[in-house]
Amino acid sequence: MPGKVWVVFRKDLLIELRTKDSLNAMLFFGIVVLVVFNFALESVRDTIREAVPGVLWIAFVFSGTLGLNRMFAAEKENSCLQGLLMVPMDRGIIYLGKMLAATVFMLIAEVVIFVFSLVFFNLTVWAEIPYLVLVFVIGTLGFTTVGTLLSAIAANTRMREVLLPLILFPVVLPILVNAVEATRIILNTANYGALKLPLTILSTFTIIFGTLSYLLFDFVLED
Amino acid sequence: MIEAQGLAKYFGRFSALRNLAIRVPQGQFIALFGRNGAGKTTFLKILAGLSRPSAGSVKICADKPDSQAARAMIGYLSHNTALYLDLTAFENLRFYAGLLDISTSDADLEEKIASVGLAGRGREPVRNYSRGMQQRLAIARAFLHDPGILLLDEPFTGLDQTGTEFLKNYLSASHARGKTCLMAIHDEALGYELADRLVVIDKGNVALDLPRQSVGLEDFQKRYRALTEER
Amino acid sequence: MDQPKYKHLDAILGGLLLVGMILALYMAFIGAPRERTMGDLQRIFYFHVPSGMMGLAAFAVNFFASLMYLIKKDRKWDSLALSATEVGLMFLTIVLVTGPIWAKPAWFVWWTWSPRLTSSLVLWILYLAYMLVRNYVPDPDRRAVMSAVFGIVAFVDAPIVFFSIRWWRDNHPSAMIETGDLDPLMRPAFYTCIAVFLILLVYLMRRRYFLESARLEAERLERLVDLAR
Repeated sequence: MPGKVWVVFRKDLLIELRTKDSLNAMLFFGIVVLVVFNFALESVRDTIREAVPGVLWIAFVFSGTLGLNRMFAAEKENSCLQGLLMVPMDRGIIYLGKMLAATVFMLIAEVVIFVFSLVFFNLTVWAEIPYLVLVFVIGTLGFTTVGTLLSAIAANTRMREVLLPLILFPVVLPILVNAVEATRIILNTANYGALKLPLTILSTFTIIFGTLSYLLFDFVLED
Repeated sequence: MIEAQGLAKYFGRFSALRNLAIRVPQGQFIALFGRNGAGKTTFLKILAGLSRPSAGSVKICADKPDSQAARAMIGYLSHNTALYLDLTAFENLRFYAGLLDISTSDADLEEKIASVGLAGRGREPVRNYSRGMQQRLAIARAFLHDPGILLLDEPFTGLDQTGTEFLKNYLSASHARGKTCLMAIHDEALGYELADRLVVIDKGNVALDLPRQSVGLEDFQKRYRALTEER
Repeated sequence: MDQPKYKHLDAILGGLLLVGMILALYMAFIGAPRERTMGDLQRIFYFHVPSGMMGLAAFAVNFFASLMYLIKKDRKWDSLALSATEVGLMFLTIVLVTGPIWAKPAWFVWWTWSPRLTSSLVLWILYLAYMLVRNYVPDPDRRAVMSAVFGIVAFVDAPIVFFSIRWWRDNHPSAMIETGDLDPLMRPAFYTCIAVFLILLVYLMRRRYFLESARLEAERLERLVDLAR
């Protein structure tokens, strides 16, 4: 099974590396969000470091949603999904492969967006980086576990891309709340002990929704 | 062997299949005819396990079509090619071979690509292929695992002369090797030529079911027309 | 099928509701004592909190019905899930409207990002999203599957949302305090309101479910008409 997850994952990676459709859009949009916030928060320029965690994660979530939207676009074209469904294997493998690919793309975008934010908001971070990596990874995983399932749902509706943010954002609120808080704790305080609770909630979210999405995915795919 | 009983499929108030029953012994080649919307595609999708019937039962050698055992026995080809346009033929086949637990060696894949007449063009993105070439690759993809049951939904659509010839030969050869085939088709002459058994689906039911040997082509065409034109 | 099961039950419930609502109004406005700090304003509590409880109960019904649909694939579970959600949304709307009405005079703000109120808002949005999913899937059977899956996701998400917001609130405290213990003298009015709202929940769900069942039946009949063509 892990071998087949890797096959699905590799295929998505291969397509993306060749076309760079999703990644380009995600990067561009994420950076645009940063710029927009820069103007929106003009009046609080001196305390902008306070706002950075929130701005970052909004950029991540918007950018990630773009990526998720594209996730099933290639599969719908030419009914590639049908080909996948005909393979005699557990369909959860499709879920895992795609979820991991989405996570990787989102993490790539996050790194770039984060670097841009360091420049735009004049931040310096060195010691904080390992902790930030931890929060980014777990937060992103949580986002993509449920995002993959909801993207599959949205792809099957009339509104497709428009519906995904509408149904996704309320559900991933816990990710947003905890990831922003955790990022704030890392960037603006030195109280790393306080990270335990948000990281626990993020991990719990990821495990619960990872399992749930894996189990429910099959229902969404069948006709 | 395929067996369907009392098969029904609704989409809200519209019934695509009403009460379809059919038995397909192993090795038989059935040409499926019918007007648009008669239920051919729905029927094939249910057999392939891609759609769940609203009522009735389907068995593929005593397994449900959706089971992994059944999927291993079935190859399904619709008019959508299920090919990733941005990948090459090689990459498409390697992907499916990896999932199907069959050889992903370059040599074997090369052989498969050559067997559908695409030798030497395996390293181009599928996007560059003509419709006929894509269909041929789709055939290679759909039947990569050499399944015993071939389900085809209007596979000749959009094919040129060469493509049609190729597919005809491919299907005849498969038939000769003992594969069970169900093929939905519009071209009556072509279907007649390839099949053992002629089945017409109309209004979600089997309306006509004849062994090919028992009827001449013109006679069949007359009966088919009479059936589908009655009001 | 032209009458709901146990049709007399609806009449009984209706009668109980009529009596019960009058009783609840009396107890809330007259029977219960006046609260010390907020005065009569506090009486909103008797409608605000039971509405919240019934909203939650309705969504629990959605969760259960969604699970059952995925297991049994019987559309009546889908009808139940839909009925429960619509009624639940109604109750939550009451919570979200009475909340600010209460908050403004009491704490001088329209909105408090308190855990309970915020979670109610998020829950409301989640189930609105559920209705949105339903709205955009044309095929009834697919619609039932998609919304059942989303209903399950939403229900599992809700407690996590609540805890996340509560924890966030602990890190960002504000001056607002929500009412804690209930004065024993207020309990009769409170419990009466809970009971009446519960009957209201059941009654409305039954009526809504009956409407959906009629729709299912109409769909079945239309199918028969189509077959005869």
